[in-house]
Amino acid sequence: MNAVTAMSPKNYEILPKTSKAGEPIGELLEISMGPQHPSTHGVFRMDVVLDGEKVVKLKPVFGYLHRNHEKIAENISYLGSMPYTDRLDYFCSMTNNWAYALAVEKLAGLAVPERAEYIRVIMAELTRLQNHTCLVGFFVQDMGALGTPLMYAFREREKILDLFESVSGARMMCNYMRFGGVRCDVTPGWLEQAKQLVDDYGKFLDEYETLLTKNEILLARTQGVGVLSRELAVNASITGPMLRASGVNYDLRKVDRYGIYSRFDFKVPLGEHGDTYDRYMIRILEMRESLKILQQALRDIPSGPVMDPKAKLRGFRPKAGEAYGRIEAPKGELGFYLISDGTANPYRYRVRPPSFINLTILEDMCLGHRIADTVVILGSVDIVLGEVDR
Amino acid sequence: METPDQIKSRLETAVPGAKIEVLTNDCPAGERSLLVDPAHVLAVAKFLHDDPQLRLDYCSNVTGVDWPETEITEQIKVKQVVDGVEKEVEEVKKTVRPGFHEVVYHLYSMELKHGPVVLRQRTVNRDAEAPAVSLTPVWRGCEFQEREVFDLFGIWLEGHPDLRRILMWDGFKGFPMRKDYVTPDDFEYEPTPHDKVLAEARKHYPPEVKA
Repeated sequence: MNAVTAMSPKNYEILPKTSKAGEPIGELLEISMGPQHPSTHGVFRMDVVLDGEKVVKLKPVFGYLHRNHEKIAENISYLGSMPYTDRLDYFCSMTNNWAYALAVEKLAGLAVPERAEYIRVIMAELTRLQNHTCLVGFFVQDMGALGTPLMYAFREREKILDLFESVSGARMMCNYMRFGGVRCDVTPGWLEQAKQLVDDYGKFLDEYETLLTKNEILLARTQGVGVLSRELAVNASITGPMLRASGVNYDLRKVDRYGIYSRFDFKVPLGEHGDTYDRYMIRILEMRESLKILQQALRDIPSGPVMDPKAKLRGFRPKAGEAYGRIEAPKGELGFYLISDGTANPYRYRVRPPSFINLTILEDMCLGHRIADTVVILGSVDIVLGEVDR
Repeated sequence: METPDQIKSRLETAVPGAKIEVLTNDCPAGERSLLVDPAHVLAVAKFLHDDPQLRLDYCSNVTGVDWPETEITEQIKVKQVVDGVEKEVEEVKKTVRPGFHEVVYHLYSMELKHGPVVLRQRTVNRDAEAPAVSLTPVWRGCEFQEREVFDLFGIWLEGHPDLRRILMWDGFKGFPMRKDYVTPDDFEYEPTPHDKVLAEARKHYPPEVKA
């Protein structure tokens, strides 16, 4: 078969006309969940085949937000892509910036000053806090806990976004990091504000957990639902909290020790069962570890410059070559692969989006469960369509 | 971890007949990559996955790269006999490098916590029929990424279980990430078109309003 025949739409048929034994099937129902479904976290569609309420087949369909981010980046300068990376996973613009900056620094061999490294860690961990807090809010919202937990999460998130706004000028599209440092130093008094927030956050998490962790409905809806085995998780390139919920100890902050993560004392929480409840719990535990990192970083941050004086922002032309830089973003491994041909624009610019690849095993997790559970399972994957579709 | 050269020499004994080449990378911290011919890439991938010293069980990133046909100009010195005296004369030599597609894999080991090993395969030319080989049978994580490579670059990956468009819609023609892709002249109604937009918009007007 060649590429031309594969492009025709009739190639794709989800509803099987006959069973394996050859008899016609009359009872199956095909449902198209999304793209305008409140639980799909954006414009995401699942083609589901149901036998009664049981899922027998599920195919994710996406691309509704596709804007060919990679092609755009090939036609603008290296720096020009920095604000564009904010729009990938619009919840975590700080970590997107960092991953891209890390890849370019690897490509061009730039160093990052001490203070900037600390600021990056602080921003990344704050991003992780607000991403996980909101995710838990959305997740229980999908389960039917309408409003309250999500609004609690948004109240806390807003405090973190206020911090981002005061340092970068924008709540969500921060565009804060640069190759060889960060754009500007934090404002006076910012570190004290951040310290205050970190000290108070533990109390909020306790409150949040009192509401959720031992809640009977949450336990009933999540335990044993959407189990992902260790072997499949590794083979299917699952990363981030989802992988660790399946019990694989792989956190890039520990493995690659990029930035200055080797200086901090923190643990990597691991799950035992790989089910939806573990994925929820991992995120709560990761937030507590993030708080530990933040406390250490805010205590130890030195003074000094925040940009490498050798770094050139204008007329930046790295030598020909290629580099792959990756970080542990809140959703998993976010990587940037760059090929330079010595000109001002990258020859090839590739984003490795974690939530796109984490969707690979959505069908495997949902098979055999009821249709209502697919919503919960999808919620635990943690996708953002800006990143999936690019 | 072993260097690419060591991996190459071990691979050549493990997978007989495979053409393996170690490509250079001039970037300061860059990894050199292993170029494997499409006929043997699946066997090579299986070896890398199962070998107890490497155990590359995690395929992080899969992507395509388009290299269109380019003309390379070099200045070379040629010895010529001019008026009975031998002289060195500079000449411009032009060679045409044929175009090809490349599929790049970044492999890591979750068990042994090392990596990356960069694996590449190249197609013979840039036709849609010139196949590369899918590595989804070895790493399930390639599934969506290889579909994306097919969708945006038009590289046919032999052995993929479900190779169809993923980000673009089914009826879409063309492969947008290719270097020679031309964006279609999509005309959208604008109340006050001007300059370049006006010129393009006029082409879509019916003949009577052309003036």
